[in-house]
Amino acid sequence: MRRGFLGVDVGSISTKAAVLSEDGEVLASSYLWTEGNPVGAVRRLLEEIEPQCAACDVEVVSVGTTGSARELIGAMLSAQTVKNEITAHAMGTLSKNPEVQTILEIGGQDSKIIIVRDGVPVDYAMNTLCAAGTGAFLAAQARRLNIPVEEFGERALRSTKPTRIAGRCTVFAESDLVHKAQVGHPVDDIIAGLCTAIVENYLNNVGKGKEIRSPVVFQGGVSKNGGVVKAFSEALGCDIGVDENGHLMGAIGTALLAQRSGREAPFDFSVGSDEFETRGVDCGGCANMCELVLATRDGRLIDAWGNRCERGLVRAAALVESA
Amino acid sequence: MSAPRRITFPHMGDYWVPLKRIAQLSGADVVVPPRITRHTIDIGARYSPEFVCVPFKYTLGSFIESLEAGANVVCQVCGGCRFSYYAEVQEAILHDLGYEFEFLSFQGGGNILEVMLEFQRKAAPHTPVPKIAKAFFDAFRMAEAIDEVQGRIRRDLAFEVETGSLRRVETEFLRQLDATTTPRQVTELRQETMRRLDEVAVDRPERPLRVAVVGELYVVMEPYSNSRIENELARNGVEVHRPLDLTTLIRHSVGHRKHIREMIRGADPYVTRHIGAEGTESVARTLAAIRDGYDGVVHLKPFGCMPEVNAMAAMQRISREHTFPILFVSCDAQSAEAGLRTRVEAFADMLRIREAGVIDA
Repeated sequence: MRRGFLGVDVGSISTKAAVLSEDGEVLASSYLWTEGNPVGAVRRLLEEIEPQCAACDVEVVSVGTTGSARELIGAMLSAQTVKNEITAHAMGTLSKNPEVQTILEIGGQDSKIIIVRDGVPVDYAMNTLCAAGTGAFLAAQARRLNIPVEEFGERALRSTKPTRIAGRCTVFAESDLVHKAQVGHPVDDIIAGLCTAIVENYLNNVGKGKEIRSPVVFQGGVSKNGGVVKAFSEALGCDIGVDENGHLMGAIGTALLAQRSGREAPFDFSVGSDEFETRGVDCGGCANMCELVLATRDGRLIDAWGNRCERGLVRAAALVESA
Repeated sequence: MSAPRRITFPHMGDYWVPLKRIAQLSGADVVVPPRITRHTIDIGARYSPEFVCVPFKYTLGSFIESLEAGANVVCQVCGGCRFSYYAEVQEAILHDLGYEFEFLSFQGGGNILEVMLEFQRKAAPHTPVPKIAKAFFDAFRMAEAIDEVQGRIRRDLAFEVETGSLRRVETEFLRQLDATTTPRQVTELRQETMRRLDEVAVDRPERPLRVAVVGELYVVMEPYSNSRIENELARNGVEVHRPLDLTTLIRHSVGHRKHIREMIRGADPYVTRHIGAEGTESVARTLAAIRDGYDGVVHLKPFGCMPEVNAMAAMQRISREHTFPILFVSCDAQSAEAGLRTRVEAFADMLRIREAGVIDA
């Protein structure tokens, strides 16, 4: 039986998992849509991962979670390591590309940049307030054009004359896009224009003031879009590396962190079928009205969050008790 | 016969204790503004222009809560940016909402002594100036005590052995501070509290990560408005220093021009003229943090704050040229705490990784 380390990255749009061997080889992986239900997504994920692990005779000995649902899923899986996605991504990418100096990442609702020097992350930035330069923006425009977002890259690469689309804001971009379509710009050119707009938005917001040095690695779901890769390459004047496992880097990173933590406990895939439930309640302890989330397994409180002070935890315990 | 006068002021941090002392000089009952909560900002945002900076929304919400609690005299000060217009606009909004009150705004030209004389003229005309001066000085002593106590807690919070032990001392201190009546009592309480803080078990690593928090004054000093970022930093094992507090603000307001000249010198060559409010300070304090061997800076600003946006351009250049980590945080009425937690945790990780040279769990 080989020892494996499971990393789970639960993002707003997609949920990813990777199982690594002790020398960092990806033994099993899965990628599926979160669909607004992270717990359900992780259940499906475990169903896909379990037979892959069985096939190569791997026992998962440590679990790490990352992504915006890391606390929730960390509680569900009793994870040994719960880490933010910036550290996890830096970790995963550096394990595959030790020479990297700049990591560009565009996910479903987040985008970030990590500056690396001599193998150590020295600066990072993340989008604030606005999802214009992210996958959600592309997905919204794809729906409007009635073209699957997966085909965007291919169609963008066919364009020789990208249309200029205002990328500052999703609403502006959409009205600009409609206008350009109505006056007769070809669809492929409009899609290429959207890819350029997303890159301009990214470099003007997330990348503002950062020194982007080559080698550059681009990852996150949007890195699968060849049109955006090309637009980055033109804007930065250098090659853009895209790893075939680029979408798994957060999961790989958190698996590595779980391995390094040294904390181990045999992982049981049956947690997926446990009665794991969450519900939201208003604390009501003061005027802050913190929205608590209570996580219970088989009726017992295993974690609670959303509280701004200790009173919330006391209330959470009382609420579960009384239920 | 008119109703008895009941005076109030905006809530910010724990400074209601000294501000209450000053407000009492008016002879009116003091309505201490309720602590900032979700309700304060919800109600403040509802009646504010959408794109105004967030301290406007907090202070407006704070006024509404105090007016609802029976206040009828509202005090507001003014400052060196859009803050100069807060008073007039807030007064108009509150009148439109149908409240009946007297609005006292103190321009002061950025100088505490002028604010004091203005306060005497407008709020306490029957109180002799020496008595006013003494109360202001007593209040200043209280602010100093708060800043010394909280400065220490900020530094130690990450390393307390028993969670909550420092905050317990702080709560007791604030309760007793409100009950003091003489400057001597304030001094004794301060010394006693510092002794008690010395006794709290703290497990500080040999070389802890040290971060300086800089930025716009309200979002730096009102913990609710920055989602308690100092606690969040502490939770990630970071020692926090804050060069900006009420004590320094008041000290610098006396001889303000000289202070600005010093700050411009301190920000050289990244800023060559004053860029408004605390903008120049943010740049100078970032450079000072680098000189003093800090591991990073956290910059807090209200979304759309012009002086701090000015400062950011210079700070980004500093960060690049000195490879010095700066976390920029924009505070607004709809702040997403989960996003902030992610950013702070990643920032602390990054500082630790830089220090160690390797990524570790």
